Amino acid sequence: MEVMLGIMPALLVLSQIFIFFVSSPKRGYFAYLPIVLNSILSSYIAVWVLLGNQAEFTLSGSYITGPIGIQIDALSAWFILVFNFTFLTGGFYGIFYMESYSDRVNNLLLHWLVFPVLHFSLLTIIILQNTLAFLVAWEVMAISAFVLVIFEGSKPVNLKAGLNYLIQSHVSVIFITIAVLWIYFRTSSFDFSAISTFTKNTNEAQTLLLFLMFFLGFALKAGFVPFHTWLPYAHPAAPSHVSGIMSGVLIKIGIYGILRMILLIHTNYLVLGYFILAISIITGVYGVMLAIIQHNLKRLLAYHSIENIGIIGIGIGVGCIGLGLNNNILITLGFAGALLHTLNHSLFKSLLFFTSGNVYSVTHTLNIESLGGLVKKMPHTSLLFLVAALAITGLPPFNGFVSEFLIYIGLFEWLSYAKLSTLIFGIIVVLALVLIGGFALICFTKAFSVVFLGEERNSHSNVHINEAPKASLVPLYLIASLIVAIGVFPKIFINVLLKPTSLFANPNFISSLSGTESIPVNLMSAISLSALMFIGFVVLIWGIRWLITREVKKTMHVTWGCGYVEPNKRMQYTASSFVKSYAKLFKMVLLIFKHEKPVEKVFPVTAQYESHPYDRIEHGLIDKPIRGFKSILGKLTFLQNGRLQLYILYGIVFIGLLLVVPVITEWIIRFFEVLKQI
Amino acid sequence: MLSTLLIIVTAIFFTGIINRTKSIASGRKGPGVLQPIKDVIRLFRKGSVYSKTTSWIFQLAPTVYLASVIMAMMVVPFGKSKGIISFNGDFIFFAYVLAMGKFFSIIGAMDTGSSFEGMGASREALFSMFAEPAFFILMGSLAMLTGNTSFQQIFANLHLGSYITYAVGALGAFVLLMLAMIENSRMPIDDPKTHLELTMIHEVMILDNSGFDLGLILTAGYLKFAIYGALIVNLFIGTISYEYAIPAFFLIQFLLAVFMGLIESFMARFRMNHNPQFILTLTSVALLIFFGVLTLVGKFV
Repeated sequence: MEVMLGIMPALLVLSQIFIFFVSSPKRGYFAYLPIVLNSILSSYIAVWVLLGNQAEFTLSGSYITGPIGIQIDALSAWFILVFNFTFLTGGFYGIFYMESYSDRVNNLLLHWLVFPVLHFSLLTIIILQNTLAFLVAWEVMAISAFVLVIFEGSKPVNLKAGLNYLIQSHVSVIFITIAVLWIYFRTSSFDFSAISTFTKNTNEAQTLLLFLMFFLGFALKAGFVPFHTWLPYAHPAAPSHVSGIMSGVLIKIGIYGILRMILLIHTNYLVLGYFILAISIITGVYGVMLAIIQHNLKRLLAYHSIENIGIIGIGIGVGCIGLGLNNNILITLGFAGALLHTLNHSLFKSLLFFTSGNVYSVTHTLNIESLGGLVKKMPHTSLLFLVAALAITGLPPFNGFVSEFLIYIGLFEWLSYAKLSTLIFGIIVVLALVLIGGFALICFTKAFSVVFLGEERNSHSNVHINEAPKASLVPLYLIASLIVAIGVFPKIFINVLLKPTSLFANPNFISSLSGTESIPVNLMSAISLSALMFIGFVVLIWGIRWLITREVKKTMHVTWGCGYVEPNKRMQYTASSFVKSYAKLFKMVLLIFKHEKPVEKVFPVTAQYESHPYDRIEHGLIDKPIRGFKSILGKLTFLQNGRLQLYILYGIVFIGLLLVVPVITEWIIRFFEVLKQI
Repeated sequence: MLSTLLIIVTAIFFTGIINRTKSIASGRKGPGVLQPIKDVIRLFRKGSVYSKTTSWIFQLAPTVYLASVIMAMMVVPFGKSKGIISFNGDFIFFAYVLAMGKFFSIIGAMDTGSSFEGMGASREALFSMFAEPAFFILMGSLAMLTGNTSFQQIFANLHLGSYITYAVGALGAFVLLMLAMIENSRMPIDDPKTHLELTMIHEVMILDNSGFDLGLILTAGYLKFAIYGALIVNLFIGTISYEYAIPAFFLIQFLLAVFMGLIESFMARFRMNHNPQFILTLTSVALLIFFGVLTLVGKFV
């Protein structure tokens, strides 16, 4: 095992060197190679761990960090498998996706150099047991993701999005660093076990505050509302395979962090559960409500990532409440639901991003208002997008339903013996989950039908639209088949999941579950049966339809225009019109900027209407404070006058000030002594 | 198993009875009770016209829609006997599998590129989203009252005894009835017989469907009526023996159909922008049930 862990960085470095010596078109493959090899190695270890073994080592570390522990438990193993799958499919897809940028040799070189680094740093974060080393790996992850996002940095919008991400991820680092230093000063150890020992021996308020610090840091990464504002910028700016990986994997590292801290920090889990539930329902509902009004396909998907983080959070919250109440069924259902939804979301969201990458490659636009009718030109992409859209809406027989079902069952289990105050809270959570499902239905019927169905809305774009190359569709079909597999045979996956869940619950309880008669597993076979029956009925009805209608006459005609005989592509329903009544109903939550020149008089001249959806939380929480900062700092702009001599002078003044600081402090001390004598 | 058979039998007559009630109320003789079924059988044999704009989605949508309704039917129990599928939390499956059908009927409508059908699809998506919370709160409250989470056990353990249980039962029946109206796009929400496409929801979504596909959609609609009717019946029959339960089933279904016919004869459709308020009111009624259940279980201290 140790040897295998040692090989992984070596592989990475070797391939990094090789990349310089191969010609530009082949570099993608050389970047993919270490991902494949590292994935094989780490997945092997992960499976070995999930079979019931323990992998623990200690590296000698350095004078500063102390010994660095490495531990791969079932939780790490689960995340390793999830991450590897997304990187394997995403990397393969990325090689094809980046072909259209083959003229940007230097940008590509940087991109392919950093891509495997991101994979490696994520794997490292999951297995490290030393907070300082963890922070270093975290930083490597944040910066490599930044480099990947700004691939198209020549466009100012993308560069700005990348910087926004970089700054916000460093705000997250600040919170984690504060927590790490806090632990260090109390226990003088950087080891993860110090967190446990510290929180066992201190009062509740401190442990809660410590958790809050970690939570804020990880929530920024995961995209919990109100820390989500970087997501809708970074995802559209990045190349599609990177967006898929960011949404499928990168934000999940935040979820991993939160779960790890729940394992380590001993505190009042009930308070924790309520807190996480409250923030999660806001995240889930707000995310999907904003997703509905987006015009940019990738931005829409980014807001959906926020929604799904909310669903995962609800699962975690239910699990925490189970921990607080010492209820093993609740723990199992909550954490299993959250972990399964982590996998599910990484599958369908990466698939959605990859397919929208296919759309972008041929149409060169992500504005869904100018798309349409792609189902006939890109049948594979449309089918894959549809599968992912159905799965993300949480509909049976796909995987999203299974994880949401587990969370629902957990919630109802909790409600059945909760007290009055918690009951009302619980019913709000149920309501939120139901609303999220309903909103997601609106959002994805809109996204799918406006992008793929009907006629092309923008008649000016006469670009030749073709299906993506066959080979690039292979990883996408792989993801889609896994989505269906989880939906139809969830039992296999739940059985694997019982291992990481057993870290939270009482191990004896979980082992009693492994028999086939236990509750969650039993439910899974029922779901499996219903999913199969559903598919069976679709096939049966389709068969009967085919048998009966193959003889009868079929005519083609234009769409029935209710008597109007001159239909026009531009008369189709657009995305904005589809959600018009929704946007009107919820206008107090949504912020939509409109520029309007209405139709006036009997003979109207030009009229126009433009709407730009914006984020109310971003407006209040980010934009306004920044404007305030700017107006204060703006008064100091006279310092920045571009004259080199003055800049050198500033340096000298600064150094001089530093030198006199001890002298001045001494004077102050003396002054106080004099005061005391008086 | 029994419930599925009963629902299918009811579905054959249900829409016919509604139509008959409406004709009698307006002083006409009206078509026979079996006319809707005859229509469907005729449609199954007819040829179809497809729009040039449509794709395989449009052809697949009615099939998935009907399959989803059939799956929902499988879950519904009848008194003592379970549905063909029954497991803890099957009412969640019920709601989500119906949503699956809705998803397909919406994208099927959008596939035609017609602005009218887009309008209907948009309304369908919004209104069905509003209707879901009421169903979940109702079933969640009943689950809490009985301590079970599968349809059959919930209904079997629902003993109507005290005044509050009667209130809960009546309110529950009201919520389910209104949900049936919304799901089937009937009167106060939607008017299937209006002459103007702009004011329709469901009917305008299927403007371009014809032949076999239209038959499938109509069949699904008939089944949906009977499914919701069966749920209402289940609220009251408990576990009484079959010789009483089966006549009671048909009687209640018959009364429901007549009631719906009367509503449609004497009420006007709401204005489209009032529909969300109406549907949300349903959620508050469901919340009333929730609080009623709270008092029943003694959680109000």
